[in-house]
Amino acid sequence: MKEKNVFKAEFPSRSANEGFARAAVGAFVSQLDPTMDELGDIKTAVSEAVTNCIVHAYPDTYGSIRLKVRLSDDGEVEITVKDRGVGIEDVEKAMTPMFTTGGDDRSGMGFTIIESFMDSLRVKSVPGRGTAVTMKRRIASRR
Amino acid sequence: MRIRASCAGRALRLYFDGELDHHAAKRAMGEIEGYIDSRLPRDCVIDLGGLTFMDSSGIAVILKAYRRMHDIGGRLGVERVTGQPRRVIDAAGIERLISIA
Repeated sequence: MKEKNVFKAEFPSRSANEGFARAAVGAFVSQLDPTMDELGDIKTAVSEAVTNCIVHAYPDTYGSIRLKVRLSDDGEVEITVKDRGVGIEDVEKAMTPMFTTGGDDRSGMGFTIIESFMDSLRVKSVPGRGTAVTMKRRIASRR
Repeated sequence: MRIRASCAGRALRLYFDGELDHHAAKRAMGEIEGYIDSRLPRDCVIDLGGLTFMDSSGIAVILKAYRRMHDIGGRLGVERVTGQPRRVIDAAGIERLISIA
């Protein structure tokens, strides 16, 4: 992947930042001229990943969320969302549709929606150290 | 995110406007339960015509409203679902439980 442009941000795990994160990524990705659906899919995936940090990584405290977006010159968007929170004991279980530790306020569909909206999803987590979620989506050329 | 309600007989219609994410979901759930518990409708429709964004937190809100309506022996439907919210609802597969139009 030949990098065309990169954007990095760091912000506290406050829920008000969910809207900020997806809007910032949406504005940055717009330079690749995505369709409305592509842009909506990417913003949704960012919202899911950032919400996971806020709800699960830092359940009783505020911590830092690091966001990185790379655009390649062949139209690929790579987004990484990292936290230094509690980590995930069993990543495979966490990615199972409808599974949640968040009670009935959560749908358990976050990773499922990321998987259906992005071309790839990778989750690396170390319990007690944190989690990194990397997602990729290729923007179809409209030229 | 804003919710408005209109009630005709035992039919309750809830209009969602704006963006429904985890930040907005907690208050939205409280407001919806308040409307359902005070009006005890037979039919409740969530109107997403004014919703510009939702994620899986919105799915949780809809499922909670569905369970509430089920508890009081009523029905829930979701209407005017287009654009980005439609893609999220389709991906979550909740049309098996809830009528989506």
